[in-house]
Amino acid sequence: MFGKLDWSAIPLSQPIPLITSIVVLGSMLGVLVLVTVKGWWPYLWREWITSVDHKRIGVMYGLLGMLMLIRGFADAIMMRTHQAMAIGGGGYLPPEHYNQIFSAHGTIMILFGAMPLVLAFMNYLVPLQLGVRDVAFPTFNSVGFWLTASGALLVNVSLFIGEFARTGWLPYPPLSETTYSPGVGVDYYLWAVQISGVGTLITGVNIVTTILKMRCPGMSYLRMPIFCWTALASCLLIVAAFPILTATLAMLTLDRYLDWHYFTNTAGGNPMMFVNLVWAWGHPEVYILVLPAFGIFSEIFPTFSGKPLFGYRSMVAATLFICIVSMLVWLHHFFTMGAGAAVNTFFGISSSIIAVGTGVKIYNWIFTMYGGRVRFEVPMLWSMGFIFTFIIGGLTGVLLAIPPADFLTHNSMFLVAHFHNVIVGAVVFGVFAGLEFWFPKVFGFRLHAGWGKAAFWLAFVGFWVTFTPLYVLGLQGMTRRLQHVNVPDWAPGLYISVIGVAIIALGVIAQIAQLVVSIRDRDKLRDVTGDPWDGRSLEWATASPPPFFNFAVMPNVEGEEAYWGIKRRALETQQLDPEPHYAPIEMPINSAVGIYTAFFTSVFGFAMIWHIWWVAIASLVAAFAGFVVFAWRDVHEHEVPAEEVARIDRARRATRSALLARLQHEEAAS
Amino acid sequence: MTNPDFPASLEAFRRREEDPHKLGHRGHGSRPPSPGAGHGDTGPARKRIIVGYGFWIFLLSDIILFACFFATFAVLRGATAGGPAISQIVDTNRVAWETACLLLSSYTCGLSFAATNAKNKLWTQILLLLTGLLGLAFVVLELQEFIDLAQRGITPQRSAMLTAFFGLVGLHGVHVTIGGLWLATMMAQVQFKGFRHEMMHRLMCFNLYWHALDIVWIGIFTIVYLLAVSP
Repeated sequence: MFGKLDWSAIPLSQPIPLITSIVVLGSMLGVLVLVTVKGWWPYLWREWITSVDHKRIGVMYGLLGMLMLIRGFADAIMMRTHQAMAIGGGGYLPPEHYNQIFSAHGTIMILFGAMPLVLAFMNYLVPLQLGVRDVAFPTFNSVGFWLTASGALLVNVSLFIGEFARTGWLPYPPLSETTYSPGVGVDYYLWAVQISGVGTLITGVNIVTTILKMRCPGMSYLRMPIFCWTALASCLLIVAAFPILTATLAMLTLDRYLDWHYFTNTAGGNPMMFVNLVWAWGHPEVYILVLPAFGIFSEIFPTFSGKPLFGYRSMVAATLFICIVSMLVWLHHFFTMGAGAAVNTFFGISSSIIAVGTGVKIYNWIFTMYGGRVRFEVPMLWSMGFIFTFIIGGLTGVLLAIPPADFLTHNSMFLVAHFHNVIVGAVVFGVFAGLEFWFPKVFGFRLHAGWGKAAFWLAFVGFWVTFTPLYVLGLQGMTRRLQHVNVPDWAPGLYISVIGVAIIALGVIAQIAQLVVSIRDRDKLRDVTGDPWDGRSLEWATASPPPFFNFAVMPNVEGEEAYWGIKRRALETQQLDPEPHYAPIEMPINSAVGIYTAFFTSVFGFAMIWHIWWVAIASLVAAFAGFVVFAWRDVHEHEVPAEEVARIDRARRATRSALLARLQHEEAAS
Repeated sequence: MTNPDFPASLEAFRRREEDPHKLGHRGHGSRPPSPGAGHGDTGPARKRIIVGYGFWIFLLSDIILFACFFATFAVLRGATAGGPAISQIVDTNRVAWETACLLLSSYTCGLSFAATNAKNKLWTQILLLLTGLLGLAFVVLELQEFIDLAQRGITPQRSAMLTAFFGLVGLHGVHVTIGGLWLATMMAQVQFKGFRHEMMHRLMCFNLYWHALDIVWIGIFTIVYLLAVSP
């Protein structure tokens, strides 16, 4: 009836997961009760859960990513403190639990933390920057988001019911085969990642189509903001790489469920084929995350330097160069496989060459600041911190790309320090830079600068205190993922690293404090103009927050930096462009198909994990029925009357006129 | 637009000539971008172009999925673990029939779209039904092949080569089956909803999907079956 599921799946004898489960379930219940008591369900259902607005979906992606970032950080705290306490002893986490924690940390941080955050920015910004009203397929956008959320849910359910994988964030066979991992941990991993991967693919297809086919009049490719270019490159990589992940996980699933022999070490299976396939996805995945972050920095440097981006075209070329070469470097993750000197040389060289494209970008950012009037606002601090951090991370990466050197540092703490150096330094710093930068656009008020600066400095210093010792430990020979540490000489490094984690934790607290303080003082921090930073691309032409249709009339772009041109013209002629002719707008209607599909997909995943076949089949049938019902609907769009459009846009124009008048007044006064 | 005197296939050619964007027939070189197709700085494309384009992108990702299964088959082709080799499990006769069914279904599918373009419901339905029946015949033949093999003890559990074989061929079979479900849904929709814009777009996507499966099958036919029996 319930497959492998029984009461022994609840971790009653293990205090840490049990207490965590109770706390998490308790707070979730609290939130649900609060929402019910306050009567917020209709609002949430109408405005968020069933919304197909790319801005709403972007915000929900962001929320999911931030929550998962905190969850992953909790795992990180446990790992660092455990290792510091495990010198010459056992630490406080039993081995099977410790192994789950480092596996969950990687999986959650990359796939459910960083990935939704990056998709949040792409979803929110791409249509606004392209001057259009939504993405190409708004309903699929909602489906994509909810599938990602479904995957995140399954990973977190593993904490309460059963266990998570103990195999590392990429479940290498033969360890991940049923022979050595008979439990449900790897199955949780497989279904969670598979489901969220499909969601990501849908979003990738959506954004590629949006960028290539839906740009406002005048927005030729070489007038697009760099963020759109990086989003395009990133989503092309999603389209090219995520099917590889889907295929690889499907094969491992077949091995585990039906006793097939793709990756077993019996009957001719080939475990190294898994490693090749999974990294053929895994390495592009790194660039899927980092390219949009590069795009965020490329928007921030020009804005806060008061100058156009240096070398726009070389930036586009470098982005596409990285996009292509990132598919040709995967083998550097396992030089030690023994592929031979020729193969290792090829991948060593291609891995080093990718630094050329990145170098072009770094110089472009530096030259953008050169000669500009640099304003040291919070987004700019994160961006400058990124340049420093990322250069070090890039350089240690080039060291690891040399096969003989890699043989010595493979799977060491040096490697751990390196990839945190690039992923934290670029993706996480980029996400926070972007959060500080676009927050006023999204919510209509700025974030408190003082707390923001505190959060940046704590995170920046904390990062270096945490990871510098790990580089040294790696060179001293410490390998990664150690549950107990037998070398007393490594103690100082591990202790310093824990201090670093504590500083980062203070940074996290400062970040939360910034949010709380800013929400409290939102009236003081209100952005009435829609252009709080003197921005250059089209999203700043809208009000903050933008109306649901983004643009009352589609803009007509006449050059690079579309909004900068409009703004210059207004300042030179001392008036706004004449009021356009307002026409009714067709907007897609809400749809519950996303949450419906994700609900049954979650049930399906859970049933497959626990071998409850009848539930799995029933939920598949229900999901299909949902799609048929959705396909049957007759009304796809609702019309916003011209008067409504005019009313909303005139309010925007009024604030802009007021701003213009104020500027004139200030100029006259000076 | 529609001339009822023309047979559906001729109608399709005529429409191609009339297509202002000459989609797929534009040739190369620097022509001015055509409005409504999302080219250059002409603004957003029309819905039909967006839907078709997005579906092409999805198909590319699907083909990459198949590419992975092709690659595993290539790697594991010799890993028979003492079991039968690929040349010993191929029944060329049945594969020939499977191929004939699938290629023919692609032809009827193309004809059905010509009828769709001519807004001819009856012929659209007849040709879609024919497509579905040929697809069904393909799936039945394939299932028969798998059952025959299983009865001889040749299952994916026997060796890595067989795992890769059943995986690749089976994945295609699953795709055809899903396509069949989609087709049945589309026929019901055509019956009740007629040829509205979104129906035309969906039928176009279904056509792309069905032809893509044909292309993949050509790959399977060549790499799995033909190479198995070639000396």
